[in-house]
Parts: sequence; structure tokens; C-alpha cells
Amino acid sequence: MIEFKEVTKEYSKGIAALNGVNLKIEKGEFAFIVGDSGSGKSTLIRLLMKELDPTSGSIIVNGQNLNRLKHRKIPEYRRHLGVVFQDFRLLKDRNIYENIAFALRVTETSPRIIKQKVPAALSLVGLAQKYKAFPKELSGGEQQRVAIARAIVNEPAILLADEPTGNLDPTNSWEIMKLLEEANDRGTTVLVVTHNQEIVNEMKKRVITMKKGVIVSDEKKGGYNNEN
Amino acid sequence: MKISTVGYSTKQGVKNIFRNKLFSLASIATMAACIFVFGLFFSIVMNFNYMVKKAEQGVAITVFFEEGTPDDQINAVGEALKKEEGVHRVEYVTGEQAWEEFQKDYFKGSEEAAEGFADDNPLVNSNHYEVYMDDVSKQQDIVEHAQEMDGVSNVNKSDVVAKTLTKLNKLIWYVSIAIIVILLAVSVFLISNTVTMGVTVRREEIAIMKYIGAKDGFVRAPFVIEGLIIGILGAIIPLVLLYFMYNKAVAYIMERFSLLNNIIDFIPVSEVYHMLLPIGLVLGAGIGFLGSFITIRKHLRA
Repeated sequence: MIEFKEVTKEYSKGIAALNGVNLKIEKGEFAFIVGDSGSGKSTLIRLLMKELDPTSGSIIVNGQNLNRLKHRKIPEYRRHLGVVFQDFRLLKDRNIYENIAFALRVTETSPRIIKQKVPAALSLVGLAQKYKAFPKELSGGEQQRVAIARAIVNEPAILLADEPTGNLDPTNSWEIMKLLEEANDRGTTVLVVTHNQEIVNEMKKRVITMKKGVIVSDEKKGGYNNEN
Repeated sequence: MKISTVGYSTKQGVKNIFRNKLFSLASIATMAACIFVFGLFFSIVMNFNYMVKKAEQGVAITVFFEEGTPDDQINAVGEALKKEEGVHRVEYVTGEQAWEEFQKDYFKGSEEAAEGFADDNPLVNSNHYEVYMDDVSKQQDIVEHAQEMDGVSNVNKSDVVAKTLTKLNKLIWYVSIAIIVILLAVSVFLISNTVTMGVTVRREEIAIMKYIGAKDGFVRAPFVIEGLIIGILGAIIPLVLLYFMYNKAVAYIMERFSLLNNIIDFIPVSEVYHMLLPIGLVLGAGIGFLGSFITIRKHLRA
């Protein structure tokens, strides 16, 4: 499903954010990417989103080589990805319903389908009653749940979460991880970049540890000690 | 693009205008000012052209014949003159008609003085053609051609008027083109600024749109519609204003300068708007479309 082959990304000459990374993630997997700040985790996500191009090496997603993906084809590619950010990135001037419908509108989904899918996605994240609320009226945890609903409403094959619990308390963090796990149970490949040691150690999923742009460990049911 | 997407983009475009109220108002106002000046200038140019045209048609070349030139020769010259480029009409004036005109012009009130000539018409040999033109720039060519025609003795022309009118006409066109180009540039710059402001305010939203797979066209559409609406509103307001002001201005000039009534003749507003309305609207919509399209394209690439 996702394959990195000798991927190097240099932002400026000689300084590599990723250095010859090789990684394979199968369809339906749930994997954590952990590591200190500057270890290259976010670069890896941005490469997957085709927001950046690798300096060398190739990235293959669903059999498609991203190096060869033309600019005009990027939107179509991104529709197969769901993305969740640490800062939620909701549209502040639109209510919850509109925020989720927005993800469907950009893909030119018909209004009839939007009316069916938005309430369903809101139910999945437990916010069906709050569809009229605006982001500022919700707690951080609720806002992140809206972000997840927006990410999954298009039924993406891959869900990328960049520090999804970074701004949340432990209770809300667990709720968010539960939602990501449920998405994974429905067949979505989930890739979570996190610093949250407790969650990683508790969930016993695949853990890919990065340090200074290289993968230093890749364990099937791993753990993480961010003091190392 | 689907109809629902067009509806959505239009709604967002309108929302953008309200979100950015002050900037949008400033853009509409400046655009309106530009189109107003354009419309004003256009009306003046159109009217001036109309007056120049009328004046041009009054400028004549007079073609005289040698004594004893046969009628068919005179007719042939008349036909040849009619075929010349820039000729509006050709009138044949006999010696008798010329003498009658002369008497009307110079012996009015003292007709008895003319009676001294009795049957002895002093202009008996002044049969001639009066050539009226619709393009005075061709006057010299026609004069040269006429002088070479068989039987023609003399060709009179009014050089000064013709040259002055031609020069003035050209000058007006150059000035109008320069003003239009400047106005276009100012308007495009303004719309571009408004859209840049909108893009800055909505930078996060655009980034989110792109993350979730929005095509460039989808991201661009609300901004382009915003520019179009500003452009069209910025055109409609001055066009309506000008419509009413035009009639008032014409009535005022006619009343205030009644002495000039015979010289100055204005085109009716309906005739001016026959051209000004579509041009103004297309100009407004075009500037709005182009300004926003180019700006958002630049920002999407970045």
C-alpha cells in the first residue's frame, strides 16, 4: 500500500530531513511513527501528502509512483487520503456540519449524498447532536473529533494523523485514538505521528522509530520511550 | 464543474465580498470611478466623432470644368468622383444654380443690385461638382485624381479645415486609448489587491481545501466569482449614473449655449448606450475576471 524506497529529502544542500528511508506499510495496517522533534516524522507525512517531493528515491502509494504524479492529478490522489492535524484545522466561520460537508463539496459530491454522509460521519465520532455548533463552541477533543469525521467522510484508503493528540488531555487523547482504531477496523490504513508515549505503549501496534532522518527501529508490537 | 458546485462557489464568492466588506466596497467604488471616467470619455469621444463626421461631410471639394466641356465628359467626371474612396456624395451645380445661390448669399435685401446683371449671368461658365466627403484624410488624393481628369480646369479645396479635423480626430483617439489603457491597469491592480487580501484572509481555508483534494478550479472559483461581481457592480453603478447625467448635461449645454445649437449636435443617449452598455459591462466583468483569475492563479502556484 505505502512504500518508501531509499527516500532522501534535503531542504537545503547537505542537510537531510530524511536520509535513505526504506519503509513498507501494508493495506489495513495501523502504525505509529515516533521520534524526537526534527527526526523527520512530519517530513515523511508531507511527502506522503505530496506536499513535498523527495530529493531522491521513490514513494509508491497504491501502486502509484508519487514522483511521476502530475500536478493536476494531486487533488485526485489526496482524495484517497484522510488527514488529521494537531491544530484541528477546522474552518472557524462554518459550523460543524458545514466543516464536514466541505470535504465532500471539494470532491464535487452531490448535495443528496452530502446530506446522507455528513450525519453518518458525525454519528461515528459521537457529535450528531452538535452539528450546528461552531468550532469555538467545542472543546479541543470535540474539535479533533470533527477533524476526524472530516477526514473519514470521504472513506479514504489511508488516514494520516500528525500529532492528533498533541493539544489534548489524556481522556480526550484516548477517545481520539479509539476513533482512529475504529477507522482502522473498518479497513482504513492508519499512520499516526505522535510523541505520546503512553498511547503508543498501551496500544501495542506497529511502531516505527525515527532519529535524525533515518528509521532506527521498526517493531510489530512495539513501544516508545521518548527519553531515549 | 457540476451545477451544485457552481452554486456553492457563487455563494462563497458573495460571502467573500461581505467578509471583506471594506475592501470590496473600496474596489467597487474605484472600479465604478474608473468605468465612470471611461463612460464619460467614451460619450465625449462618440459625440465628438459624430460632430467631426458631420463637419467632414460639410467640407467640399469644388471641381470646375474647362469652357465647352461636353455634357457626357462632365457626367463621366461625376461618376469617377463618386467612386473615389472617402466620398460621401457628389452634387452637380449648374451656372444658373450657382448664380442663384450667389444672389441669395450676397444680394439679400438689395436684390435690385443684382438686377443689373439681368440675363447676363456672370457665372454662366461655372458649372461644377461639389464633392462632400465622409473621410477628410482622403481629400488630397481626390484633389489629385480630379485634377488629372479630362475637361477639369480647376479644383478648389478647403485644406485647413480638413487637416485640423483629421488631426483632432486622431488626437482624440490616441488620448482615449491612453486613458483606457491606464484605467484598465488601475482596475486590474485594484481587483488583484482585493483578491490578494481575500486570499490572505483565507489562506488557511485554501490550505485545507488543497489537503482534502480540491482541484485548483474549485479553489479558484469563489475568488473569480468575487472579482466578477465586483467588476459587474463597479460597471452597473456608473453606467446607471451616466445615463441620467448624460441627458441632464445635454439639456444644460443646449440651454446654456443656445447660440451653438446649429453647430453642436449630440447623439441621443440610447444610441450612446447601444455601444457603451455592452462595452462597459464586458469591461467591468472582464477586469474583474482577469484580475482575480491571475491573482488566485499566482497564489495557488505558490
